[in-house]
Amino acid sequence: MALLEVKGLTVSYPVAVGLSAFISRRFLVAVDRVSFSLPEGRTLALVGESGCGKSSTGLAVLGLLEHVGGEVLFRGKDVLRLRGKALKEFRRRAQIVFQDPYESLNPKMKVRAIVGEPLRIHGIRGDEGRLRRALDLAGLSPPDYFLEKYPHELSGGERQRVAIAAALILDPELLVLDEPVSNLDVSIKAGIMNLLRDLQEELKLSYLFITHDLADSFFLSHEVAVMYLGVTVEQGETEEVLLHPVHPYTKALLSVAPGSGREKVILSGDVPDPLHPPPGCRFHPRCPAAEKRCVEAPPGEVELSPGHSVRCVKAESPREEP
Amino acid sequence: MQIARFLFYPIFVLLGSVRRQRLLQVGLAIVVAHILMAFICGPTGNKDDPYGLTRWIPPYNPTKSYPEIPRLAPPSAAHWMGTDHLQRDVFSRVISGGWAPIVVAFSSIAISLTIGSILGWISGFAGGLLDRVLSLSMDAIYSFPSMILAIALVAVMQPGLVPMIMAIAVVYIPTYFRVTRAEVLQIREQTFVEAAHAVGAPWWRVLLRHIAPNTVNAIMAVSSFNIADAILTEAAMSFLGYGLPPPAPDWGFDIQNGQRFLQSGYWWLITFPGLMILSLSLGFGLIGEGISDLVNPKRRRKKVG
Amino acid sequence: MGGIGKYIVQRVLLTIPMLFILLTAVFLMLRLMPGDPVLAMLGGRNVSPELIEQRRKEWGLDKPLHVQYLNYLAQVVRFDFGKSSRTGRPVLYELRTRLPATLELAFGGIFFAALFGITTGIWAAVRADKTSDHVVRLFHIGSFAIPIFWLGLMFQMVFAVQLDWLPVAKRVSGIYAYTFQPITRFYFLDAILLRDGKLLLDVFKHWILPAVTLGIALTGFLGRMTRAAMLEVLDADYVTTARSKGLAERVVILKHALRNALIPIVTVMGLQFAILMGGAVLTETVFSWPGIAGFLVRSLDARDWNAIQGTIVFIGVFIATVNLIVDILYSIIDPRVRY
Repeated sequence: MALLEVKGLTVSYPVAVGLSAFISRRFLVAVDRVSFSLPEGRTLALVGESGCGKSSTGLAVLGLLEHVGGEVLFRGKDVLRLRGKALKEFRRRAQIVFQDPYESLNPKMKVRAIVGEPLRIHGIRGDEGRLRRALDLAGLSPPDYFLEKYPHELSGGERQRVAIAAALILDPELLVLDEPVSNLDVSIKAGIMNLLRDLQEELKLSYLFITHDLADSFFLSHEVAVMYLGVTVEQGETEEVLLHPVHPYTKALLSVAPGSGREKVILSGDVPDPLHPPPGCRFHPRCPAAEKRCVEAPPGEVELSPGHSVRCVKAESPREEP
Repeated sequence: MQIARFLFYPIFVLLGSVRRQRLLQVGLAIVVAHILMAFICGPTGNKDDPYGLTRWIPPYNPTKSYPEIPRLAPPSAAHWMGTDHLQRDVFSRVISGGWAPIVVAFSSIAISLTIGSILGWISGFAGGLLDRVLSLSMDAIYSFPSMILAIALVAVMQPGLVPMIMAIAVVYIPTYFRVTRAEVLQIREQTFVEAAHAVGAPWWRVLLRHIAPNTVNAIMAVSSFNIADAILTEAAMSFLGYGLPPPAPDWGFDIQNGQRFLQSGYWWLITFPGLMILSLSLGFGLIGEGISDLVNPKRRRKKVG
Repeated sequence: MGGIGKYIVQRVLLTIPMLFILLTAVFLMLRLMPGDPVLAMLGGRNVSPELIEQRRKEWGLDKPLHVQYLNYLAQVVRFDFGKSSRTGRPVLYELRTRLPATLELAFGGIFFAALFGITTGIWAAVRADKTSDHVVRLFHIGSFAIPIFWLGLMFQMVFAVQLDWLPVAKRVSGIYAYTFQPITRFYFLDAILLRDGKLLLDVFKHWILPAVTLGIALTGFLGRMTRAAMLEVLDADYVTTARSKGLAERVVILKHALRNALIPIVTVMGLQFAILMGGAVLTETVFSWPGIAGFLVRSLDARDWNAIQGTIVFIGVFIATVNLIVDILYSIIDPRVRY
């Protein structure tokens, strides 16, 4: 059974434009009917450019957003409908590591308080051993050196390790990793990526790994879902998707990844305004292979091989009928 | 324990930063000197000898007329700041006149800081209708000239110490509300707050432990400027005759008295009390400037990428 | 253009509840503050209960609070504030005839604040972190810290009493009090309309001290704004480009940097009207300037209830209107203001 099963997840944000917030509210749909499942001990990567809705998906899975539709089943229970004690229990079992370790740690708290806070929130007797073990797991040793420090006394990599320690202290089953290495230098990044892989093996963790970097997803994930403007355009086993991409967007992303050896596909134009998404296939204004029928209706999801599905008319029927 | 740390945090920060900050050093020196002077020379609460301590520095009671003192005499060795029309020693009045502005400014700012920040925290944190209504109300009061509102309020009540404190406190609540609310809106979006939500921290914990402490710097910087402003407002109230009842020494009131003799060229009556108001208010202004210098560079730090 | 139209409508719509809240707040504060206003207005002790009762009736304070509130709102909507018990004339008349004096003073204040603030702000920004920058910044803080009424008195003492260059107070000299018939009540304008050069000089001499006094109170604010805005602009790429083209530093500063820095400066200037009015209360009192702010102080002294309430409401409505107009004008001039 999958640990996490997401069905038709939709996330929207109210758009308040200055004073008009007093008069009317509009909604921006950031995530549009996204579905995936994450088996225990595995990693699913959500890949896409900034603004594609991958981070919103991650936050929504943890029940941290309002205006969310669809179902998020964690061990069969819908997270979006959890309240009170059940929600608190879920919060203990699912944790998140954010992108920017400069912003994700409260500057007014010492490492001891930051890492120990989840224990206090969940009323777990904060024994020193647990604190040390979490720091050790995150590669912050000796723990005593770090416990009494404030975040501004630490380097970026150390801060991210503190964030990981705080996420690990409750022995979670699911970790949402929201671009955990994007703000780090390359040299530090490798250390954190290795740490995450080792932790998964050691603690049997499941990761929802959000990234814009295909190389990172190749390193860490078992499955990958490529998102564009709130929609998953292609998903499947990591190797299958990254070695045999079908969707033009996946191909374009891959072609610009360093060392891909492919001919570069430079996408023209910008990501469209999500408030006014284009009709039909959302990618068609930038798609190098767009046809007339791409404008007419959004393409359905096609399963190419077991577990590998894509949302493109070309996959439905390879050539436009005359 | 938590509360104590929260309350004394500003003082620790201040002490920690003084060493590096010239503006803070000068401002603190001025303010501390004024406070010491005001409480050594101010009212003692002793009925028989209300300004007892003042008598020891210049040998005069600031509220008492002395037959042997000449009327309206310019500064001399005996009377460093001259004498007034009631045969009182101006110097003794000047050094004891800081008590009222300091007490009024600190008490009123303490009240408006407490009420304003709590409302700002709640409003910014809760959002929604409550936030809109509160912000609109606070903005409405904020847009009105605070000096006029404070003077009108104190005039409608009976003149005196407590009405001055209340009037100034009411007028500054919107300032703290706006500052804290703006900070909360900014901090609320930071990821460490999201992280706290994610581990299941209850709302009050997020507010008190993660959001409120991070608004303290901004509140502190505003407070010093506000105390400077409140001192000017107190002086203006007392200048217009709504301050401490005479003959209590109060700089603003003494300036009003001196104004009557301005055309006769008795400059010392207004010059010295005015310089005292200026220096006290300037001291707090310098502290505020120093704190802003400390607070702002940190805030400008851009995240990488 | 549709965007601007929409913004204006929204801005106007938002002003109405804001004004309503302000008026309600004023009402509640004046009624609910501890201490009996009637007793306070009558001067406290030794007042006969009959007199208190009579005044209570006169001011409508004997009615229940909600009736008082409705009466008050009805008054405000009709702009009918009743008669001033001190002067015997309608409060609105008093305010209308005094407004030009206040405006003339306020314009002067803004003018001098801009003159001192913008020049010193540029100076400080150009020489950032040098000694002159620190001196200017100290001057700006000092301008916040100076008691404005005391500054006015010191000016009077130096320029009017000691040096005898300028008159001490009032808007015109005594000799004009009987001969001069104001037309617009803006005395500068009147003197020009009457083609009276001597009068114009006299008006100017009376105006300069209070205007400078008021201006200095705002200088610090504008100066700091200017310094900050200039510092930001001086670092911008287009200024560097201008420099690299070999333009003289003065041209770079004045033509390229200042022009862009002025937008935020002018924006905040319009919103400083409230501070200006606060300063005007004291300036008008010190200089016996016959404006509305000074009128309020004298009404407070005379316990003139109608005049107090009317003046406060008038100032509130006036400031809300000014802010509204300023906001709309800026939204037209600078599209970035609209968010």
